[in-house]
Amino acid sequence: MFYRETGQFKTTYQADQAVFPIRQDRIGIAIILLLAFAGVPLLASEFAISSFFIPVLVFSLAAIGLNLLTGYTGLLSLGTGAFMGVGAYGGYKLATWFPDVNILIPILASGFVSAAVGVVFGLPSLRIKGFYLAVATLAAQFFLSWCFVRIPWLVNYNISGAIEVPTRTLFGIPITGPNATATTRYLVTLSIVVLMTWLASNLVRGRIGRTWMAVRDMDLAAELIGIRLYRTKLLSFAVSSYFCGVAGAMMVFLWFGSSEADTFSINQSFFILFMVIIGGLGSLVGSFFGAIFILGTPIVLRALPGLFGLSIPAATVEHLTFMVLGALIIFFLIVEPHGLARLWQIGKQKLRVWPFPY
Amino acid sequence: MDMLYKIFLDPFVQMASAPDLLVQTLWEGLVSGVLYALIALGFVLIFKASGVFNFAQGIMVVFAALTLVGLHAMLRDWGVSSGTAAAYLALALTVAVMFGLAFTIERLVLRPLVNQPDIILFMATFGMTYFLIGLGELVFGGEPKLMIADDLHLPRGAIDVKMLGGFVSFQKIDIAAAAIASIMVAGLALFFQKTRIGRALRAVADSHKAALSVGISLEQIWVVVWFAAGIVALVTGIMWGARSNVSFALEVIALKALPVLILGGLTSIPGAIVGGLIIGIGEKLGEFYWGPLIGSGIESWLAYVIALLFLLFRPQGLFGERIIERI
Repeated sequence: MFYRETGQFKTTYQADQAVFPIRQDRIGIAIILLLAFAGVPLLASEFAISSFFIPVLVFSLAAIGLNLLTGYTGLLSLGTGAFMGVGAYGGYKLATWFPDVNILIPILASGFVSAAVGVVFGLPSLRIKGFYLAVATLAAQFFLSWCFVRIPWLVNYNISGAIEVPTRTLFGIPITGPNATATTRYLVTLSIVVLMTWLASNLVRGRIGRTWMAVRDMDLAAELIGIRLYRTKLLSFAVSSYFCGVAGAMMVFLWFGSSEADTFSINQSFFILFMVIIGGLGSLVGSFFGAIFILGTPIVLRALPGLFGLSIPAATVEHLTFMVLGALIIFFLIVEPHGLARLWQIGKQKLRVWPFPY
Repeated sequence: MDMLYKIFLDPFVQMASAPDLLVQTLWEGLVSGVLYALIALGFVLIFKASGVFNFAQGIMVVFAALTLVGLHAMLRDWGVSSGTAAAYLALALTVAVMFGLAFTIERLVLRPLVNQPDIILFMATFGMTYFLIGLGELVFGGEPKLMIADDLHLPRGAIDVKMLGGFVSFQKIDIAAAAIASIMVAGLALFFQKTRIGRALRAVADSHKAALSVGISLEQIWVVVWFAAGIVALVTGIMWGARSNVSFALEVIALKALPVLILGGLTSIPGAIVGGLIIGIGEKLGEFYWGPLIGSGIESWLAYVIALLFLLFRPQGLFGERIIERI
């Protein structure tokens, strides 16, 4: 009744090819963007912004990156954390070499460093597939983590071995470093994420995205219809690493403000893989759902005992959180293996025919 | 030029000049290789029979060892006076727990997820990993514990052998580990080749559908396989725990088993053993002779690079079945 495209006629090809062809969707996304750009900074506390909203955005972008590789091209990668790390360290080096350049440029350019590294570690992907490839990407993860610890040049010979982000301004307002408020950092993060999500959505709708999906569905058949496998797979590695790299740079510059080598450990890679799978493989909106779910669940679980007036020791709550998270992952996989994105689609379909069952 | 000398010649000169050190390094590599092989064995058992890439194998090792130590402590508290009796009682109980775990996993995870894509099952084992970490810490506490090696009558101390102009020391526990691992592998091989269930297991590994059509119960086979993997995990946990101690840090070694696995081939038991030895020895030699050149700690990634190099030439691993693709 409320969500129906009846009477919305498309008279041009442009209208037919739009990202949001249905008017209700356009209104919906406008409301979400308005809430994100105006609602959150006005209503949420500084603490909530820096401990929930910024992480969600950063991880969403990383999840989109992994989703392009795993969900759209069908190449399983366990090296996401390391590629984020390359972005972070690359961005840091760029920011120190070019201190006068607008800080957004190193953050966005850091992805190219990460993309180059991603292509190198994507080279085995033509010969090996599936879990074999996943373990090959683990080689990237461990090798790069080792580099972050052992090469002091990466942190400008800082004795603590950590990145310390300098204060940089945009239009006279500090957006990185200790002086930047959570709200400004949030707004910058949000702008980058929105921009890059738009980019990704256009990538996957176009020729490149279609070749990726052809390779995912069956690479031999894709090769037979004239898709150059090597180029397609490497491009996917490059674009995916670009997104992950920018996410990593944002993580350090706009969220943590400093970073140690073990930030980009194997656990980070698994964490992002969770988000992609729970959110839905091959779905951009699913990446956001996954990030919100994985980051939100522990917060909810920690708050729950307090709500019921139970006092459980913090350590026990921590263990229970682990157990419940694990059980929830299995539960979700059993109920809906295609992730939260599929649930969203089912919900939209139900809304479309409401009040009738079909 | 100097660098080239250091990389290509100097390590071999060192090896030749101090053969006792070389033997010691090889032995250490062999021992860690055996332990990697044991974990990889658990992976291979499950992958062959159910096609599940079981990420939880590492945590099953920790969980089994923790259960053993925790039950032992509880039994002592409840008045079992003899440490040895308590240890063996705890061992029996742990085996029962591993069976319960296999049964529960089959019922609650594998059966509802049957016929799903591989990656979904892979993720489900991630969920299991989280669950088991939480459960283990909740029940037994997260702090590192000592393995009850003495109560289980595991040998201690070292044998120093004079050879090649120096001393090489062999830890007795390492010798025991290697022996037990060999016995277990032989036992598993016999089980697979000679028993009825073993034949059924091989049939399931070949084709789920064909096995079902001749009346093999997949559910039963899965419980058996996960139970076998649980036993392998328990043995690995005891051996590894006796070398260091029992803590969740052990989980990391599971990641080390992955290169072993792809090196040997995901479906081959001999592959897991040979792969484990290659990785173990290669890692120790690399760390000892080449490590100092580029800063130590290369052990953490060398295994993966070795596996990657092998994969470039044999994409299915050393002993894996040839991958035939059709449209």
